[in-house]
Amino acid sequence: MRTTRRNTLRRGGVGALLAAVTLLTSAGAAVADDPSPSASADGGTAGPTEAGTTFRTATAIQQGQKATAEASTGDYLYWAFPADAGQRPTVRAKVSLPESSTRHGASTWQIDVYDGLRRRQACMYGHQTRKAAPDAGTVELSCVLRTVRAWSEPWASDPLPGSYYVRLTVVGLAEEDLGLPVHVETQADSADQGGAADVDGALAEPVVPGASAVSAKGGSAPAATEPEDGWSSGWWTSRWLWTVGGGVLAALAGVFGYGLTRGNGRPSRVPPGV
Amino acid sequence: MIIRKRLTAGVCVLLATLAAGLGTALPAAADEPSAAASPKVELVLDVSGSMRTRDMGGESRISAAKQAFNDVLDAVPEEVQLGIRTLGADYPGDDRKVGCKDTKQLYPVGPLDRTEAKTAVATLAPTGWTPIGPALLGAADDLDGGDSTRRIVLITDGEDTCGPLDPCEVARDIAARGIHLVIDTLGLVPDAKIRQQLTCIAEATGGTYTAVQNTDELSGRVKQLVDRAAEPVVTPVATEGAGSCASAPELQAGLYTDRQEIGKHRWYRVNVLPGQELRASVSVAADRAVDNDYGILLRAVTAHGREIVRGAESGTGRTDAISTGLRYPKPEQDDADVSDSDVKPAAEAVCLQLGNSFSAPASVKTTPGMPVELTIDLVDAPDESADVAAFGLGRGWWLLGVMVLTGLIAGLLFGWISRWRVAVWRTN
Repeated sequence: MRTTRRNTLRRGGVGALLAAVTLLTSAGAAVADDPSPSASADGGTAGPTEAGTTFRTATAIQQGQKATAEASTGDYLYWAFPADAGQRPTVRAKVSLPESSTRHGASTWQIDVYDGLRRRQACMYGHQTRKAAPDAGTVELSCVLRTVRAWSEPWASDPLPGSYYVRLTVVGLAEEDLGLPVHVETQADSADQGGAADVDGALAEPVVPGASAVSAKGGSAPAATEPEDGWSSGWWTSRWLWTVGGGVLAALAGVFGYGLTRGNGRPSRVPPGV
Repeated sequence: MIIRKRLTAGVCVLLATLAAGLGTALPAAADEPSAAASPKVELVLDVSGSMRTRDMGGESRISAAKQAFNDVLDAVPEEVQLGIRTLGADYPGDDRKVGCKDTKQLYPVGPLDRTEAKTAVATLAPTGWTPIGPALLGAADDLDGGDSTRRIVLITDGEDTCGPLDPCEVARDIAARGIHLVIDTLGLVPDAKIRQQLTCIAEATGGTYTAVQNTDELSGRVKQLVDRAAEPVVTPVATEGAGSCASAPELQAGLYTDRQEIGKHRWYRVNVLPGQELRASVSVAADRAVDNDYGILLRAVTAHGREIVRGAESGTGRTDAISTGLRYPKPEQDDADVSDSDVKPAAEAVCLQLGNSFSAPASVKTTPGMPVELTIDLVDAPDESADVAAFGLGRGWWLLGVMVLTGLIAGLLFGWISRWRVAVWRTN
């Protein structure tokens, strides 16, 4: 029952516009072959090998991509990924620390996730902050966000479809360890939450910073930008199936109930041939 | 009506997507910036006497630096204009005054001639003092002009002992010129004072600090920093917020920078048409030593002073910036108001107030203010929500149960009623 929204949308679209697909076979193939970002395995495809150092220079990644970067301890590293309505993103990061012989103490690492409006988003669970022992080789961090809603009131800080920034940094360390080289891996995946999370209303544009300035200036959006298969249009929800299914069942039940009052077939007292 | 609008939009997007293969529904979002100015980078190398020390894996610091420079010069991206400046390269004497002015441009910022640059680097010999402050000022002047992104990569093995010019203050003043200049620092010696000075310089300009231990690390990191300069980024427009809403500067959609002193408000103004949504996000960078707990507040206020919506954020501990944002969808005007005249609906002036609750020890200078980055977007207003669930549709086994039960009861009732009617008709 829990068909993912985009898959169903795609199937519905292909069915409804069969003629268009036959004309544009390549397009059809591309649409059909494209793996859903949320469907990729844990390993993830190789992503960018650099990270940005501010919101403005954040490196764009897609969900399911494993972004890596060489950095110095103390750097603030930024990535941006798109998340659509109905998804519940999980951000994971792994920091490979420098050799313990060169370090002078424990260090505390943290990931923060911000939405396209640069509002900090809460992690429902996961190891957002973790302390690495002086002899530890790696630290693994994770953050599970709330489900992205298609719409929310402006006074709420619910996650909305759009860009999400990941910031990874060390928040506590021995002063002597600043500037030592580290290797980091980051990946964002998401679980599809299905129709239960489908709310009414929709944003005119996803919350991608610079959305309105981009077309005016002809520049590139600072944090690219959209999921591999585009933003969902917002009209499909599995609630249609539930509601239509409910209607059909109600109709069947109505017919059944009507039949109960009629008995089985022709009344026996009516002679044949009448 | 909302449903119809959304359905049409959905079909349009679907058609567009199919027509363009996996074409983008958001046009121009992935376009490269057109005719962007080429980024400028200046490498500033310390050639003071101490660079003779052989502690870079058996090599002297200067030869490690030279080797790294050769690697870097080979790998510089085409579009980058690269220059080299030295400090402490010429004056070997003891006169502090003269020694502390010893900085010069070794290779001018411009299109790179690799052979020439390498020859220039090869002539360097460790000589004099470590005037980091004057070198940074010189480098900032070298990079002057144009609207490109600028980066200074400072490689040094000693702290600036020249005084009274604190290189950290110099860096902050350079950053406050609003020329989008970032200073990255690389320290060749793990020494507390150097580290402190170099991290301070990096922090003041939004750059990074790296402790280098061997030649490979040095060349790898410098290459990375030069490549980073080549990444296309949107350059913000400088603006200056006012002390009150009435005198606030009017902002269009775009990216802005400003400076804000600790504990002072800034006001900006944005005109929002009915049917538009204002999206504002702001970040204030902690570019100096600040106390451990801090916060910012961004409020959208009407011209009459009524607060519409606010974004607030507070934090604690080590950070580069603190940020928040807000959305304000302005509803469409009622049809009655619009239909009787062709006058364009009036825009509402929304005032944005930005305040911060940073605090700093008394020893920290508060001017120039902390860098502020402000993003303003104006997009179409959202389709309002008429129900909690999408389109008011239902979901779940309870819904199915209720519907089946209702259907069954309706069927039974209808059946009984019709039986009763037939019975009545027969008896008559």
